[in-house]
Amino acid sequence: MGKKLLMKGNEAIAEAAIRAGCLHYFGYPITPQTEIAHYMARKLPKVGGVFLQAESEVAAINMVYGAGSTGTRVMTSSSSPGISLKQEGLSYLAGAQVPAVVVNIMRGGPGLGGIQPAQSDYFQATKGGGHGDYRQIVLAPSSVQELYELTVDAFNLADKYRIVVMILGDGILGQMMEVVEFRDKEPVEHYEKPWATTGHENAREQNIITSIHLSPAVLEKMNQNLQNKYELIKKNECRYELYNCEDADLFIVAYGTVARIAKSVIEQAKREGIKVGLIRPVTLWPFPQEAFEKVIDRAKAFLTVEMSSGQMLEDVLLAVNGRRKVYFHGRMGGMVPVRDDIMKIIRDIYNEHVKNG
Amino acid sequence: MAVIFQKPKALKDTPMHYCPGCTHGIAHRLVAEALDELGIEGKTVGIASVGCSYNSYDYFACDMIQAPHGRAPAVATGVKRSKPDCVVFTYQGDGDLAAIGTAEIIHAAARGENITVIFINNTIYGMTSGQMAPTTLLNQYTTTTPYGRIADLHGFPINVSEMLATLEGPAYIERASLHDVKHIRKAKEAVKKAFKVQIAKKGFSMVELLSSCPTNWGMSPVEALKRIENEMIPHYPLGVFKGKHLEV
Repeated sequence: MGKKLLMKGNEAIAEAAIRAGCLHYFGYPITPQTEIAHYMARKLPKVGGVFLQAESEVAAINMVYGAGSTGTRVMTSSSSPGISLKQEGLSYLAGAQVPAVVVNIMRGGPGLGGIQPAQSDYFQATKGGGHGDYRQIVLAPSSVQELYELTVDAFNLADKYRIVVMILGDGILGQMMEVVEFRDKEPVEHYEKPWATTGHENAREQNIITSIHLSPAVLEKMNQNLQNKYELIKKNECRYELYNCEDADLFIVAYGTVARIAKSVIEQAKREGIKVGLIRPVTLWPFPQEAFEKVIDRAKAFLTVEMSSGQMLEDVLLAVNGRRKVYFHGRMGGMVPVRDDIMKIIRDIYNEHVKNG
Repeated sequence: MAVIFQKPKALKDTPMHYCPGCTHGIAHRLVAEALDELGIEGKTVGIASVGCSYNSYDYFACDMIQAPHGRAPAVATGVKRSKPDCVVFTYQGDGDLAAIGTAEIIHAAARGENITVIFINNTIYGMTSGQMAPTTLLNQYTTTTPYGRIADLHGFPINVSEMLATLEGPAYIERASLHDVKHIRKAKEAVKKAFKVQIAKKGFSMVELLSSCPTNWGMSPVEALKRIENEMIPHYPLGVFKGKHLEV
């Protein structure tokens, strides 16, 4: 490993993107992710890249669509209300299969909401916030180190599958400072892009980037191709962390910042003789069903904890599929779940399912 | 036998879907002739928009991207900023450019984005069957102004070329008309000049083309061309609004 730097989460994302070969960034200011734009504005001109502050979130995602169409590695970033504005573009990117990386550093909603951390855009990110049958790969880092590493991976995945990859973080991750250890050389993967619209130079057939197919039979076939791709991604790209799961019988399911809080709950539980494990999805889409299969036999119950009203909860319920009871604890609007509240719920679950179970 | 007239190479053989008497076909041809004459088809990326010309990628032979409604100037910006050596043009109607895409066109122009915009003004939404556009003239009947466009209710038509010409950014803005041969020849020169401005890296260029929509105007093709001359040009005067003395 290379040098260590103390960095803000947002800056680590920006630095990672540049290291991954992303020299084009289009964005619009919104708290709490704007440091990404600041970093790009400072650094990109010095490395021959392009930083452009767009007139709107809508314009920014369409600039990404244009640059992505030429096969260029490109990124935009925003926070919840801004990501809502980008949904039209995200649907077009999905339909036209243009690779891009989009960062959402979530804040509380709905509407203008607040600027404190939240995880209430899970549905929007994982179920398709725009129109049509489409998916995007959603990566959920839980440390500044992971923001860096997953951002590099995001560009590889985007090119590999011609898909949008979203980095879904929360305001705490974007704003917090941690030590990041940078690799000497990034694992940048290079993919041929014979589909890119760069001018045919009278040397090949015309390339067309489009998402419109007025014949329903053709459009269904295009959709089937997308679905086949999504199945392949489900098969190949699920990622998760199992923490303290070896002899646990209760399991917390949490991602991002909440997964860190869950780890301190687990330490407290240990002291009280309660064996709690953590399932931390790293890919929110595809959702790592496999992680649940690994622990379901010894699991007595699950507790999903989120900074939302219970959005990932629905995927956990699908994964558990009625085989065990699934509890939920959530805070909303920028409030963060605290260890002692979660611990209290764990004790109740322990009493019902383990001690008296 | 000598060939004295032929289809531009930058146009494909695909039969066009445009209505009889529509001037989109002429506008396409002018763009394609410019690409041919400047020898730039191979490095050109065109941006199709939403409206009747949504599938202009079926007609233009260069690389093409189909953009969301109104967003073509932003998509073009992304292409040009990532591939500065490409020649990039958008082809947009008045609903696309002057209504839903107002922000994108104004800011692309204000940035002096080095792209070329072909703006089709036919004072109506064609594709969706004849609704009021920002360019619809006062008293004009459309499916959403069935009693005529009334200023008190619907506001006033927007003169896009004059509006954009107030900005520092654009290098060249001209309004031309497609209603007769003489004016088509002038329009051709304007389109070609717009591309030359881009090649010379002078910045944003736009040609507004006054066009007909016989179907949604409820007119014969000939009547429609006369309407351009008699009703549109008085409100949308022809001429160069920016870059009159620009030599390229």
